[in-house]
Amino acid sequence: MSAIDAETVRATAMPKSDAATVNRSNVPAFVAEGVNVYYGSKQALKDVAIDINRNQVTALIGPSGCGKSTFLRCLNRMNDIIDICRVTGNILLDGQDIYDKQLDVVQLRARVGMVFQKPNPFPKSIYENVAYGPRIHGLARSKAELDEVVQTSLERAGLWKEVSDRLNQPGTGLSGGQQQRLCIARAIAVQPEVILMDEPCSALDPIATAKIEELIDELRQNFTIVIVTHSMQQAARVSQRTGFFHLGVLVETGDTEQIFTNPHDKRTQDYITGRFG
Amino acid sequence: MSNEPLGGLATAPQAAIGRPIADVVAASLKSRYASERRFRLYGLAAISFAVLCLAVILFTIIRTAIPAFTQTMINLDVTLYPQEIDPEGTRDPETLSRADYQRLLRDAMDDLFPEVTSRAERRALFAMLSPGATYFVRQLVIDDPSLIGQRVRVQVPLSDDFDQLAKGRIRADTAEAERRVSDKQIEWFERLRSRGMIETAFNRTLFSAGDSRSPELAGVWGSVVGSFWTMLITMVLAFPLAVGAAIYLEEFAPKNRFTEIIEVNINNLAAVPSIVFGLLGLAVFISFFGLPRSTPLVGGLVLALMTLPTIIIASRAAIKAVPPSIREAALGVGASKVQSVFHFVTPLAMPGMLTGSIIGAAQALGETAPLLMVGMVAFIVDIPGGPLDPATVMPVQIYIWSDAPERAFIERSSAAICILLGFLVCMNLIAVVLRRQFERKW
Ligand SMILES: Nc1ncnc2c1ncn2[C@@H]1O[C@H](COP(=O)(O)OP(=O)(O)OP(=O)(O)O)[C@@H](O)[C@H]1O
Ligand SMILES: [Mg+2]
Repeated sequence: MSAIDAETVRATAMPKSDAATVNRSNVPAFVAEGVNVYYGSKQALKDVAIDINRNQVTALIGPSGCGKSTFLRCLNRMNDIIDICRVTGNILLDGQDIYDKQLDVVQLRARVGMVFQKPNPFPKSIYENVAYGPRIHGLARSKAELDEVVQTSLERAGLWKEVSDRLNQPGTGLSGGQQQRLCIARAIAVQPEVILMDEPCSALDPIATAKIEELIDELRQNFTIVIVTHSMQQAARVSQRTGFFHLGVLVETGDTEQIFTNPHDKRTQDYITGRFG
Repeated sequence: MSNEPLGGLATAPQAAIGRPIADVVAASLKSRYASERRFRLYGLAAISFAVLCLAVILFTIIRTAIPAFTQTMINLDVTLYPQEIDPEGTRDPETLSRADYQRLLRDAMDDLFPEVTSRAERRALFAMLSPGATYFVRQLVIDDPSLIGQRVRVQVPLSDDFDQLAKGRIRADTAEAERRVSDKQIEWFERLRSRGMIETAFNRTLFSAGDSRSPELAGVWGSVVGSFWTMLITMVLAFPLAVGAAIYLEEFAPKNRFTEIIEVNINNLAAVPSIVFGLLGLAVFISFFGLPRSTPLVGGLVLALMTLPTIIIASRAAIKAVPPSIREAALGVGASKVQSVFHFVTPLAMPGMLTGSIIGAAQALGETAPLLMVGMVAFIVDIPGGPLDPATVMPVQIYIWSDAPERAFIERSSAAICILLGFLVCMNLIAVVLRRQFERKW
């Protein structure tokens, strides 16, 4: 049995109750209402409604197969590339329906970046990995400007010191943790408003995980972050708000502190105390 | 954890049949290892058999081919009489090329055997030289007109029968009626040989000439160039078309009934006998569009049709093998569909596409049947200068020669097979190199 002691969770969650942050983010970035997702005839998400606040980290937790990734992929329409996947309901980004026919999906993905569960650097050099996004969007007018973007992105991802002398080597030659930070650098190089992270630390050791958590906390100043995680300590450590999914239903959302100390729903309580999942 | 009660350490676990499990496993191991050994043996036997067959084929081909790479030559002293070549002394290249060099060669041969006087015998004597010997003298004079009036030593080929005699393929001890050279000619040949005038030289003609009625003047170069133009047309058409089709079908086309039917048909096309493509080419390209027969253009079009399905299938497999995580990564930073396909998927699939294309090209290079249909089986002496000149290709040249009655053509046909195999090996090496070049880990 690998139950997390509710007391421990509470203790780690406590210092994160940052009142200032909560106040700044009274206008949500994403508003989702009545979201249903079907894979063929199988319904993966049922009537999900959640607000995702600006400049906060929102953690999505829940047992495996409950639809966390599915929901995350709805937010930048990555589900579009799955033929059998169908999404209904409303997801508004700054009041605009992202599933609206008028909306350009490429533009949406430039505004909503994503970091995947498994590090997936491009089979190109480290520099090219980061420069690719800004280049296709025309964010840099000169080589010098592009160099600048690459450097700041790598610095913010905490990778610059390790790779500054080998920018021309393949990104795939880095260690798993470095690759994941490279993917984060790649995502922030496009200067999105929101970054979606699907279990970004699942393949990493505790030290690399700690680095990425630190990074997420820093990135919160400038970005809105949604993170899917299986580690409740991680959710408690990095997030301000938490949503708990169970069997395709968003059971409960609330401030992280409240979810971990005083969950309203029995299922949430059972999950965070390790009784199932 | 199993729910069944475990026995103590002293009593070994018992299988259902009552024997210790370890013994049951050990007993089954024996037969499992035996079947593994058997399988290895079958594999080894199959491989050995294949290698043996290959070795036998290669050995027989190369053994037949080797004599074709040399040619028996005679060193003749020819007097270049000015009154025969250029009576007016203009040194006009036109005059030089039209002069009667056969006369000069006849004289040279007569000088060697003054005792031969009868018309029939003199003809038999002269027949020892290749009909192409005059071209050698003519070329000598055109290259250097100052030689006119001198007595020069020229190396000219013997005709194929005497080449075969020199190589021991025609034997003097068979009855005169059963061989293509007379006793007299053999005697002359032996005398020439004893005077040291006969020499075996590397057969340069084989690599520089087009086809000819005389084996000693025939070469593969015409068909090599024909193959080159044909393959050029084939690949220039087939590669972009097939790769484009594969990318479209795999990445952009909606998955519906219609595309499914197309897919099934592409797979079926790959299995259509190649001669059908030849008939199609004859009906469509030659009869309907009126393109010129026997040209690399038409041959290339036909072979392009034939290789399209092969390349499409290989390219689609290569595209399918690109991990979806790369596509997601590209789309995730806001690349459009086209950008994700052309910046990431295509480069990663390129090694597979190239391999498929080279396999297709190799197939096309060795193809004969469809080309017979579009008239590329003609007897063509000139080296084709472009895709609109009449041409033949290497496998057709091999086919034509292997059908010829002269022994020397059979040798040359084997030599041409060796050259064709050489080209195929080169193409495969190129495929390997290209694959290495493009291959990157992800
Ligand atoms: N491409 C797909 N095709 C069909 N069904 C899918 C597909 N992707 C996900 N599903 C189904 O949707 C449900 C939710 O999957 P999802 O990947 O969102 O779960 P998850 O919460 O992210 O799980 P995990 O924590 O294991 O990653 C699952 O039942 C899964 O089988
Ligand atoms: Mg998931």
